[in-house]
Amino acid sequence: MGKVMLEVRDLTTKYITRFREDVYAVDHVSLKVEEGKSLGIAGESGCGKSTLALSLMGYYFPPLYYTSGDIIIDGRNISGMNPDDVRRSILGTEIAYIPQAAMNALNPTQKVIHFVEDVIQAHNPKATKKEIYELASERFHLLGLPPEVLQKYPVELSGGMKQRTVIAVSVILGPKVLIADEPSSALDVTSQKMVIKMLRDLMESGLIKSMIFITHELPLLYNVTDHIMVMYAGQIVEHGAASEAVFDPLHPYSKGLMGSIIVPEAGLREHKLTAVPGVPPNLKKPPSGCRFAERCKYVRPECRGAAVNIREGGVGRTYRCILTESELREVYKNAA
Amino acid sequence: MQLEKKPCLTGVGLTKTFGMGRTKTVAVDHVDFTFYEGEIVSIVGESGSGKTTLAKLLLGLINETEGSVEFLGKKRDISSGKKKQEYWKSIQAIFQDPFSSYNIFNKIDAVLLDCIHMRGGKNLPQAKKVELMIEACKFVNLKFEELTNKYPFELSGGQMQRLMIARIFLLKPKILIADEPTSMIDACSRATILDYLIQLRNEIGMTLIFITHDIGLAYYVSDTVYIMERGKIVERGSADDVILRPRAAYTKRLISDVPKIYEEWDLSTV
Repeated sequence: MGKVMLEVRDLTTKYITRFREDVYAVDHVSLKVEEGKSLGIAGESGCGKSTLALSLMGYYFPPLYYTSGDIIIDGRNISGMNPDDVRRSILGTEIAYIPQAAMNALNPTQKVIHFVEDVIQAHNPKATKKEIYELASERFHLLGLPPEVLQKYPVELSGGMKQRTVIAVSVILGPKVLIADEPSSALDVTSQKMVIKMLRDLMESGLIKSMIFITHELPLLYNVTDHIMVMYAGQIVEHGAASEAVFDPLHPYSKGLMGSIIVPEAGLREHKLTAVPGVPPNLKKPPSGCRFAERCKYVRPECRGAAVNIREGGVGRTYRCILTESELREVYKNAA
Repeated sequence: MQLEKKPCLTGVGLTKTFGMGRTKTVAVDHVDFTFYEGEIVSIVGESGSGKTTLAKLLLGLINETEGSVEFLGKKRDISSGKKKQEYWKSIQAIFQDPFSSYNIFNKIDAVLLDCIHMRGGKNLPQAKKVELMIEACKFVNLKFEELTNKYPFELSGGQMQRLMIARIFLLKPKILIADEPTSMIDACSRATILDYLIQLRNEIGMTLIFITHDIGLAYYVSDTVYIMERGKIVERGSADDVILRPRAAYTKRLISDVPKIYEEWDLSTV
């Protein structure tokens, strides 16, 4: 077992609406990412994926508030830290974050190199422009980006190029954890492939120690990550190795998600796609029992009683359902 | 299923250019096609390949620079506003962004009522109209009682796109052009929309022209696939032929760029 780079224990964070209602978008989430591994987070829009990403950075601004739980990066607990301290000592060196619309993260009036200087000088005020330029061009070259990009304005770059530039700059300080929140959802398939290749190269070369990859595109997740976590209504409903989560899901929600995968490969047209009907519950008043009960095909009266806990299922595999693994398999077999 | 395929929409040397002189852009470049009745055709290409321009040409929203379109065996005539109106009775479209497709000041029932009126149901008794609307909503698994008195912005993207399909169900056009209907929708609800479209084709026998950049989606829904590159059609054929046995280099590249789950996804070709 490798060294644990990021460990999260029972993290709960909430949004407070303007009517003073609490919305727990991340509800008792625990996870672990080892060195050299990547974790994927799947789920439909509004299930708390992006809020989890923001919460992991320890960077809280209203209306998002920290409630409880621990975030431990390489043995250092950062939960409950002051946002200013987080920015100075955590972001960039410990955790780097790539937002969804990274192309908008570049200042249109300044050259890319200026952006790199900003990042490096914030952590090392003594760095000279020459040193920074050398480091940046070497790193860009390593990641397959032409160093000329450094002397360009963002408007001169294509969308895919901008996204890759932002990634290259965010990891320039060699963070221990990289959080990529839908880094390729605004790109066409060719640029998407380049971004994915870059992330893989980063992992292989050891420039980043571990990665959390968030997307709702399951085929992509399967190709990028070692483990997959499925989120639903702020909770983790399934966690397992990528191939297990995609080909042999246990939780009915993951089962529905995996049934909606569309890939241009033989066999797609034969099996019918399954979608998950309905909408996620309102998190202002989450249901008392299983949060997925309303949409579950295999729902039973017991599901709506008490809150459902995480169960162990096989090695390193967990899921949240009242049924045991064998019972679930039985249910799926009967349904098919 | 059908013994004889009747051509529904045929294009001969269809071309559209924008601009003049040095800024001249050929968006659609001498494209020939034949779409048959009751067929689902996908037009696949990257952004900028001219898919949407072709859709607009087919809809008659813009005029072709060269070439012609034949509709049901006759040359299409949309030279006057009145003839256009007539043509649009048989051709309908669903666009990418359902939010911009509705009049935000009209309630949902007004949207559906409009469709009934367009199909000559103006003098039907109110009860019959409601019955028709309920049937249409039921087709896409929406509850009509929950929709009445709501405005479009109160619905989610998936619900709006489903309502769009309910409209088509009432209008029963000969041809439906769906331009990236699922690109703003979550992966989990995408399958539902696609299945409704296929079901709609089976039920009312219209021709569905499905425009997308996602080759996986095209493979799932269509009978015939056309691949477009820079305004030209580079490959056409049955879905199985084009996706599983691609010939054109461009098609091969498009397929290799999409993540796979059953086969190894080769990242070295970037």
